Amino acid sequence: MNQNSKKKLTEVFASIKTEADKRFKEIKGDDDQNILIGMATCGLASGAIEVKAAFEEAIAERKINAHIMPVGCLGHCYAEPLVLIEKPGFPPILYHNVTPGKARLLVKAFLEEGDPVFEHILGSMEENDIIPSVMEFQRFNQEKRIVMANSGLIDPEDIYHYIAKGGYSALVKALTLEPEKIINEIQESGLRGRGGAGFLTGKKWQLTRDVNEKDKFVICNADEGDPGAYMDRTLLESNPHQIIEGMAINAYAIGAEKAITYIRAEYPLAVKVTKKAIEQAKEIGLLGKGILGTDFNLDIVIFQGSGAFVCGEETALIQSIQGERGMPQPRPPYPSQRGLFGKPTIINNVKTFGSIPPILKKGAQWFRGVGTEKSPGTAIFSVVGNIVHAGLVEIPMGISLRSLIFDICGGIPEQKKFKAVQIGGPSGGCLPEHFLDTPIDFDSLTLAGAMMGSGGIVVMDEDTCMVDVARYFLDFTQKESCGKCTFCRIGTKHLLDILERIITGKGKEGDIELLERLSIDIKEGSLCGLGKTAPNPVLTTIRYFRDEYEAHIREKRCPAMMCRALTAYYIDLDRCARGCDACVGSCPTEAIFTTRDRKKGIDQTLCVKCGECMTSCPVEYDAVIKVSPPELAPKIERPEEG
Amino acid sequence: MNDTAEDEEDAMLKDITSMLTYFEKHRGNLIPILQSIQEKHQYLSPLALQMVARHLKVSSCDVYGVATFYNQFRFHPPGEHQIKACLGTACHVRGGDIILENFERKLDIKAGETTPDREFSIDRVACVGCCALAPVAIVDDTVYGHMAPSKVEGLILGFEIEKEREKRKKQSNESK
Repeated sequence: MNQNSKKKLTEVFASIKTEADKRFKEIKGDDDQNILIGMATCGLASGAIEVKAAFEEAIAERKINAHIMPVGCLGHCYAEPLVLIEKPGFPPILYHNVTPGKARLLVKAFLEEGDPVFEHILGSMEENDIIPSVMEFQRFNQEKRIVMANSGLIDPEDIYHYIAKGGYSALVKALTLEPEKIINEIQESGLRGRGGAGFLTGKKWQLTRDVNEKDKFVICNADEGDPGAYMDRTLLESNPHQIIEGMAINAYAIGAEKAITYIRAEYPLAVKVTKKAIEQAKEIGLLGKGILGTDFNLDIVIFQGSGAFVCGEETALIQSIQGERGMPQPRPPYPSQRGLFGKPTIINNVKTFGSIPPILKKGAQWFRGVGTEKSPGTAIFSVVGNIVHAGLVEIPMGISLRSLIFDICGGIPEQKKFKAVQIGGPSGGCLPEHFLDTPIDFDSLTLAGAMMGSGGIVVMDEDTCMVDVARYFLDFTQKESCGKCTFCRIGTKHLLDILERIITGKGKEGDIELLERLSIDIKEGSLCGLGKTAPNPVLTTIRYFRDEYEAHIREKRCPAMMCRALTAYYIDLDRCARGCDACVGSCPTEAIFTTRDRKKGIDQTLCVKCGECMTSCPVEYDAVIKVSPPELAPKIERPEEG
Repeated sequence: MNDTAEDEEDAMLKDITSMLTYFEKHRGNLIPILQSIQEKHQYLSPLALQMVARHLKVSSCDVYGVATFYNQFRFHPPGEHQIKACLGTACHVRGGDIILENFERKLDIKAGETTPDREFSIDRVACVGCCALAPVAIVDDTVYGHMAPSKVEGLILGFEIEKEREKRKKQSNESK
């Protein structure tokens, strides 16, 4: 690029930036009051719409001058709905679990009267003398936000917010560089694909750049099928422009003019927000023909994935865009050389694209300074299950699992004991307590028998049955197997049958060995990642929790008392309060009857073991007791009618 | 009764014919076409699939094969209220299957089915991405977090009361 066009490019962007700053200042000036409400899917599910309505109403009623700004997700799902209030004279304050009532209170007490209502505060977002900062919590100060830096702080549906925060400047910088130089920078940064396999991103780009073809494609893989992972969705809902910017830089570097964002149709909000973002970028000349006055063209379209887990695999994803059944194809040729419609195609995960703009802005060396030597950068996890502070966490690679679960996410609720952590979704594995000091990076996790995968982490406490967890994942992969390879199609079905047999108390000696053998065969006989990793949950649970399998098979007992065929509930007549009817109303199947002395009993033939009676029994009696095997429950006869 | 059902289907097929004209006859359009039909009409009827096949000049079994491969597509009309029980990992660990079972028992249908009066249908979904609220159920477009069997009863009772109220309103309007 010559000096002249470089100058023109900077000029064009400078005018956009000025406009963005102006608009951003209009709503976020020094003496404006702002109410930022987290309105991504989990916020909405916790009632953010009602909260927003309450704020609007209260502001109008009290004639207060404040802007209400819908923003994306901060990642603190346990505290949703989250509201951030900016008021001159105060640091920005974060309020958690806001209800419509609290919203009205905040408008009156804080915005009108200047009392920040300390009891509802989670913390302030800046250091100050009045209010404790959120940075005092490990959930905040151990995080390192690179990809999610702006998530939850800007309006995802307004491109100028992102630009005002420094967005798209990496694209401008990229356009002044030679494509080779960009690829070099990415290679030097050591960025590895965040989709799971951890292939070097720069190397992939180089391979595609080297192919001498006119048409090339860039695909953003947001087909997040792992049940239990939702960071891709959150990123697209909270800050879609960072992803679009990453895709544009990628397209420029490899010489592509067409890009596709492949989003699951189950994520309607993410689709809507991304669509709007693309339109806005096009409107102000950041996408489309002659981007920012250069001769670089790029069109991004959205393709909605139709809900097939296997389409997360790149060759299957390509098949589905071409209108076929999403079945993986043998590699090579790799998509980077022959992909969509036979053309060289780059497929990267949402988080990978999200890491690109910061790398270009701050340099490869800075990125290498975060995380570990072989896995630089950050990892985003959705930590869910039996955990106190569930939500999205972005941490530097290399932090131990223990610190992630116990320090950052607050450990296990209700003082229960930790049992296992499941990493990497249906392809990953369950790791027991003695693996908690494993550092989180691509290689260490694979070594332990799990994998980084998509970044879903499910924490399980002592009440989780590991055999049932293995069965759950097999049930999932068995349904999602595309059917191409015999071992995956039929083998997973057999694995599932054996596991079903075990959890219903019909397991036989030799079943464990059979599971192991079959698992290894499936791994060897399958083409794609789905089949190759599907037995991982079975293999890791057998390796680390063999005693649980044995208890199910030999003693017909479920140690965690979770498998319903092997447990029973009964009411301890010594503790049951005469005349109390709490459990009767809670039972969905009318299995609870009154004995002759007006105490309660459970009809085992009607009981579906949902556990509602146990929850409803008042704590002072605590009379409902769960046992395994079911024979331990004493027999209480239902008195004859009349 | 039968006539209205046929009329409905006729109107739907007419609409699909006009929708198809917006799509180029390109195989890559197959899934977007199926998605937009389902978005508008809630399901893909056998005749609709045949029309798509004719439009794209591929065999019907090809279209059927692709449509059945993906979880998103349904081939029966859903109920007035669509219930989706989440069975993602986090929901499973927190008893999502018990919630599903309660819906099934209460409505006397299995997942994937619609009640005979077409009021309710139940589906199982694998993760809607609100894991922190597990177990989760989605009824129509509203997400309900921290579900419990008693909440299931409450939800359905709520719909029944609403329906009853509307019926009475209608009756009192008529009697006026």
